[in-house]
Amino acid sequence: MAGPLDVGARAAAPSAAVSGRAGPLVSIRAVNKSFGALHVLRDVDLTIERGEVVVVIGPSGSGKSTLCRCLNRLETIDSGEITFEGSPLPQEGRALASLRAEIGMVFQAFNLFGHKTILENVTLGPVKVRKMTRTDAVDKARALLERVGILDKADRYPAELSGGQQQRAAIARALAMDPALMLFDEPTSALDPEMISEVLDVMVSLANDGMTMLVVTHEMGFARRAADRVAFMDGGRILQIAPPSEFFAAPSNDRAREFLSKVLSH
Amino acid sequence: MLARAAGSSLAAHTGDFLHGILVTLEISSVGFLLALIAGTLLAIFRVSPLLPLRGFGTAYVEVFRNTPLLVLLLLMFFGLPEVGVTFGLLSSAILGLGFYEAAFVCEAVRSGINTVPPGQVEAARAIGLRHWQVLLEVVLPQALRAVVQPLGNLAIAAVLNSSLAAAIGNTDITGTANHVFADVVEPIPIYVGAGLTYLALSLVIGQLTGVLERRLVIVR
Repeated sequence: MAGPLDVGARAAAPSAAVSGRAGPLVSIRAVNKSFGALHVLRDVDLTIERGEVVVVIGPSGSGKSTLCRCLNRLETIDSGEITFEGSPLPQEGRALASLRAEIGMVFQAFNLFGHKTILENVTLGPVKVRKMTRTDAVDKARALLERVGILDKADRYPAELSGGQQQRAAIARALAMDPALMLFDEPTSALDPEMISEVLDVMVSLANDGMTMLVVTHEMGFARRAADRVAFMDGGRILQIAPPSEFFAAPSNDRAREFLSKVLSH
Repeated sequence: MLARAAGSSLAAHTGDFLHGILVTLEISSVGFLLALIAGTLLAIFRVSPLLPLRGFGTAYVEVFRNTPLLVLLLLMFFGLPEVGVTFGLLSSAILGLGFYEAAFVCEAVRSGINTVPPGQVEAARAIGLRHWQVLLEVVLPQALRAVVQPLGNLAIAAVLNSSLAAAIGNTDITGTANHVFADVVEPIPIYVGAGLTYLALSLVIGQLTGVLERRLVIVR
């Protein structure tokens, strides 16, 4: 499988040697998950290297979002093992909260805290979890809001922003924790078409800066542009995983070919 | 002639009535505060992942919501001393009213908790907040704002229900009215006056609730 350094299009990602830690950032082995009678993940294996961007695509109900949500244990798994920085995910309590602080997550529905301003949304984690002083947290939050282009909305409430602005605020909120990994669970699926690119631009810039990312999306353009590897899921399995150039040029799998012909035909 | 005589006698009780208003305010405000705190805790119990806490919350609500306040007050004041726990007149009324209304506050707050989008709870967990931090920072602030109006209704109910404190001997508005009625047999001015005082207090609470609700509203 291709590592992050195989992709010339992106800035060189920090290698394991540079960061001083060996092994992949995330390792998923033989993971199974069912919701009642519905078997949503079937023997899923996936590793994510430091600095790598893995984009997961596939039809609705294929298990992409569940896989994403298992990585910070918003969903528990029935069998198999997921390790983060070499250790199995903690079960619960303080250790699980600490793990989640290391993993940023961006949701389809933004999920900003409705009673807090955009600035307060971004500072909450650093102040309450990282125990940062309010002044430092505000400085950091303002820098992040500037980076995602909505510093002028800092004192607004989420409902006063457009969907694209809310999603960029949600990305800033996740980045404020200095995560080692960012999970994106269909981040543009709830957006009007004209707002999708403003969110994707932020994500591409993150990828170019070497952020490790797992992105569940239907945006094939983003997958081509930013992914180191594309994973195609269907029926709870990863059927193919390959660099985007290889995957889009000639999907090896029939289901992937069928899926691509549907989503790329327009 | 008679009316004038009665009028002057009633006027002699003005101080008693003012004191009665203070007692009513004390019982209802402290009782409601107690109900707010206990009720919110109970609501947290009722949405807890821990079965024993959920069970306690449910049992509490079913017992206290379905027992007449008068019976609770009589038990507090006359029953508890039998098992060695004695509260004064005022304390009995405050505790009885507080524990009774806590059951209703619990149910109001619980419905407020259910209005908080589950996605926000997930987002709060995802940035590493502990369970109690999620409750304090994200869930409760929004849950309470969503139920300002029902809580206002319960505050009014606390004022009106506090009149039962007279039954165990408190000199609140109703208790004072009873005493004055024993002295001056003028039921209509005495009890209409008492009723109007309750009405005035309730109207003020209703107005405050409206102001509070407009200030705290969360735009979605």
